[in-house]
Amino acid sequence: MAAKLRETAAIGLLWGAGIATLLILIVILAYILVNGLPLISWHFLTTNPGVRGQQGTGIYSTIVATVAVTGLALLVAAPLSVGGAIYLNEYTKENLLRKVFRQAAEVLAGIPSIIIGLFGFLFFVIYLQPYTGGWSVLSGGLTLAFMVLPISLRISEEALKAVPGELREGSLGLGATKWQSITTVVMPTALPGIITGLILGAGRAIGETAAILLTVGGALGLIHGVRDPACPMTLYIYNILTEYNDTTTAYGTAAVLIIAILAITFTTDYLMNRYTKKLKGL
Amino acid sequence: MSGEIEISIKNLNLWFGNFQALKNINIEIQKNAVTALIGPSGCGKSTFIKTLDRMNDLVDNVKFTGEVIYKGRNILDSDTDVVELRKEIGMVFQKPNPFPKSIFDNVAYGPRVHGIRDKKTLHEIAERSLKGAAIWDEVKDRLNESALRLSGGQQQRLCIARLLAVEPDVLLMDEPASALDPIATSKIEDLLHELKKDYTIVIVTHNMQQAARVSSHTAFFWLGEIVEYASTIDLFERPRNKRTEDYVTGKFG
Repeated sequence: MAAKLRETAAIGLLWGAGIATLLILIVILAYILVNGLPLISWHFLTTNPGVRGQQGTGIYSTIVATVAVTGLALLVAAPLSVGGAIYLNEYTKENLLRKVFRQAAEVLAGIPSIIIGLFGFLFFVIYLQPYTGGWSVLSGGLTLAFMVLPISLRISEEALKAVPGELREGSLGLGATKWQSITTVVMPTALPGIITGLILGAGRAIGETAAILLTVGGALGLIHGVRDPACPMTLYIYNILTEYNDTTTAYGTAAVLIIAILAITFTTDYLMNRYTKKLKGL
Repeated sequence: MSGEIEISIKNLNLWFGNFQALKNINIEIQKNAVTALIGPSGCGKSTFIKTLDRMNDLVDNVKFTGEVIYKGRNILDSDTDVVELRKEIGMVFQKPNPFPKSIFDNVAYGPRVHGIRDKKTLHEIAERSLKGAAIWDEVKDRLNESALRLSGGQQQRLCIARLLAVEPDVLLMDEPASALDPIATSKIEDLLHELKKDYTIVIVTHNMQQAARVSSHTAFFWLGEIVEYASTIDLFERPRNKRTEDYVTGKFG
């Protein structure tokens, strides 16, 4: 009887933990959306912010900056992480080198973002200033690439590992080269996982603040090139709160940011599910 | 034994790390015939046929000595082009492993990686190969459907068709029917009788009746060695070795 009671209590507690997690998420989302949604309008999305924090302006240039910085980070991190994952999983055997690589990726993922930002500041903004333009989209994007890299490397590797060995054997057994087997059989099968890794990495980049705080410059004007300084949405939220105490605009920007991240997550999920089903012949 | 020799194996030894999986194998594989390899699990049959197309190279820590003479050269030499070799010596695996692509793309896979792009040629090859694997009638109206929608037996015949499309000389089959039901199995066996007219076939099987039905020669493997190699009739009806006799009469296995 006591055992049964304990079982019921345990289920109750676990259920409570599950519900609490869900509630926290809902409360945060609801709070931001309730406060931010009323501000979102066509005008808000398409007008540049006022340079001295005037109310009634928009966030157009910060949206552009977020897209530019994230896009650049992905452009750099995608080939490196996918290439690295292919090399690790397909071309090395389970040995020390592989362990060192994997450990390195994990350490990189664990470095606090402000420290990545500090490195980006010293290296891209100061040292490479003649090439990056100092504080710029380029410096910010390259710095963010360091944060995307370990996430998508690890997930790409898992995705490649999940491709059944029989498919590789089947392809090699038909006289295909290793590279042909990778491009025509392994990669298409692993693609949903690889894309998911990149999207998670992109989510990290979109939401990152500390790493760009020191590298991207915070200029509110619309960018015309990658060597211009910019102010992505996250940094804009930080600046407008700390400098002008403008919570209204901050909520509005936060709502746009959250909607964008949710939209990307769900769209990717949907597309990848469809792709996986097609792959399985359903 | 009469007939032309396709592959001649001399003093083959193979190790995985410190474990010796094949011990001093000497055997000659007849051309245009079915050679069966029987023996209990873990006795080295699969390892042996995977040596013939160098598939064991994929395993960590593998090393081998001896000779496998095919077309006048030792394919175990380190300078052997394994990609070329696998076009000539193809393998059908235990579990059907069609690619997650359409039926047509599966059959066209080999020719495509070998550089054939012409649609008409690819279709001709696909039709010929699917007919050769006795599956054409079942799939001719659904070539663009995913291969994964076929039944297990159909998938295995598709894998054979996929192999025929690269026009190999030798077909290695690693328990090709072990995952299939009896009807699908008998279709594969019928197919083997057709295929041996044009191909040299080496088949690993757990099923002694199957070995007796399909092969002209049989080798009995035990703990990494070939205990006996003879014509299938002799090996089953007049085994010279006591262990062979015990195995084929079902005393152990």
